Amino acid sequence: MDQKEWPLWEVFIRSRNGLDHKHCGSVHATDARMALQAARNVFTRRQEGVSIWVVRGDHIVASDPDAKPEMFDPMEDKIYRHPTFYKLPDEVDYM
Amino acid sequence: MYTQAIDIPNKQQDTQAKQPLSDKEIGYQAEFDARIANGEVVEPKDWMPEAYRKTLIRQISQHAHSEIVGMLPEGNWITRAPTLKRKAILLAKVQDEGGHGLYLYAAAETLGVSRDELIEALHAGRAKYSSIFNYPTVTWADIGVIGWLVDGAAIMNQIPLCRCSYGPYARAMVRICKEESFHQRQGFDLLLTMMRGTQAQRDMVQDAVNRWWWPSLMMFGPHDSQSQHGEQSMRWGIKRISNDELRQKFIDATVPQAAVLGVTLPDARLELNEATGHYAHGEIDWDEFWNVVNGHGQCNRERLAERVQAWEDGAWVREAALAYAAKE
Amino acid sequence: MTYFTLNAGAMTPHLEYRLRIADNALILGQRLSEWCGHAPVLEEDLALANIALDLIGQARLLLTHVGVLENKGRDEDQLAFLRNEHEYRNVTLVELPNGDFAATVLRNFLFSAFQTQLWQALQMSTDTELAAIAAKSLKEARYHQRHSGEWVIRLGDGTQESHTRSQAALDRLWPYTAELFSESPVDDAAARDGLGPAWISLQPAWSQAVLPVLEEATLKIPVPSPFRSRGKFGVHSEHFGHLLTEMQYLQRAYPGGTW
Repeated sequence: MDQKEWPLWEVFIRSRNGLDHKHCGSVHATDARMALQAARNVFTRRQEGVSIWVVRGDHIVASDPDAKPEMFDPMEDKIYRHPTFYKLPDEVDYM
Repeated sequence: MYTQAIDIPNKQQDTQAKQPLSDKEIGYQAEFDARIANGEVVEPKDWMPEAYRKTLIRQISQHAHSEIVGMLPEGNWITRAPTLKRKAILLAKVQDEGGHGLYLYAAAETLGVSRDELIEALHAGRAKYSSIFNYPTVTWADIGVIGWLVDGAAIMNQIPLCRCSYGPYARAMVRICKEESFHQRQGFDLLLTMMRGTQAQRDMVQDAVNRWWWPSLMMFGPHDSQSQHGEQSMRWGIKRISNDELRQKFIDATVPQAAVLGVTLPDARLELNEATGHYAHGEIDWDEFWNVVNGHGQCNRERLAERVQAWEDGAWVREAALAYAAKE
Repeated sequence: MTYFTLNAGAMTPHLEYRLRIADNALILGQRLSEWCGHAPVLEEDLALANIALDLIGQARLLLTHVGVLENKGRDEDQLAFLRNEHEYRNVTLVELPNGDFAATVLRNFLFSAFQTQLWQALQMSTDTELAAIAAKSLKEARYHQRHSGEWVIRLGDGTQESHTRSQAALDRLWPYTAELFSESPVDDAAARDGLGPAWISLQPAWSQAVLPVLEEATLKIPVPSPFRSRGKFGVHSEHFGHLLTEMQYLQRAYPGGTW
């Protein structure tokens, strides 16, 4: 590492079993162990977590905002994927 | 409030030449404007006007700097806290403030600037922080008054920011607001306990209130009429309520609290207007306001010097951590 | 040379045994809280504050317990803030000024490694309250040991400057660790009655935990010397009076106040 700044790590916390890890912010650290400890010290002081993931910021691959149209718009007209598309008689609408 | 200086003219920003937008950018601008108009949220990597990005960096980092510098006046009393419970509470509170600074730096970093750059700007005197922290904490009662008045004022401004247009900033503010309410409550509790104590303790509290009341009102910034960027920031959903409105709201909430404590607020002109339901009040000493903002308050030099010292003293530690990581 | 210890209202050996543990946590918590707002990086401001809060929490539980057992109406704050120098039973190691970050993490490491062993053994104490405190505090001490141990390695094996500072810190602090394992009648009584281990019995496990880390940090263990600090007997260093002056100020200046 020839940079002079500490790398950025993104932090994901699972607040309790049954839930997903959720992104909650970032910390600076020079290695993964330090990042985990920093995340623990910063983000779990009020018992907000049972599990922590840290990922170096430059390891995250994000979708291109410019590509939003082709990535996400095509889902718009496939509403038959949603249950509400189907109108059923009241007696069986619980399905 | 921790962002009061957003309203103060920034010579740098104002003299920047405006580049004409390309066709693509005109499209983006329209999208951005629509998003703002619909009350939708802007996320990192979404296109945004340069002025929006710069304003956000300035506001968020100023807020972050305020939290960090704010650790110093309160940190001043941790080793002298009068009971173990109060020591733990104060340490946890100051730690929270460090954490808030951290969340805010992280939010600012999503806008393409690094934490180190922001810190460098603070240390070089190019970035501002809330001038309330340029006042000294000379007695233990100051700690209670800071919790009651300073954090009370901060909360008033922070809640609307939870709905601001920039996602990472809004989310940081939600996290901060959750943690902040204990800050005000512990301050009020501290003062109430002292007011029920000895006469010497009651005198200490009143003296602290006398010194911190007006600076707390100054936290809300200049009058709206003097406020330069207020309008633009409001349009962008970065700033949601006017300075004067917030200040009035704060006064109206605080006067009854002072009565519960049994302290007198040092303003002979405080009086409830039955018709409006608002308290009339005296005029702020704007000379003092501008003096402190411009670097001539009681602690401006010391606060910055202390932060610079801590940073410089820590350079070898930061370098060592990097060197070790490179060896792995 | 014999030392006499001023023992106004002498405590029983068992109370003293508990008080040593309590005062260690109290005084180190006080020292670490000095760092708040001045750490090399924001993440470490929060880390050191967490450690200080853990220690203050341990001190509160232990002092309250001692106050109840002593049965003279002293609560955690009267014990923390109104004793005189010779009545405190912390080891000298924890009262020393923090020094730089290398010295701070090294002292944390040496002490928390000791605490881990002590808390582990105290889980079997005949004093059920002490055993309960031990179970909770053990988790904290383990975390402190891990956090500080990793920093000791990073700084010992980081840059030339961090190595030099780390070695200087070890040279200065190491002699004070002998007190942790020096014999005392208080320990003998505690071990005999199942209250807790004689601290000397913790030395092998402590060495096993500490020496490999110092080696990985490329640090040289100083040659053992006859120096023995005597804080746990109430005979403190010159630093201690200043620490107490600061810590006790408000309680002394405003007697009878409610805080």
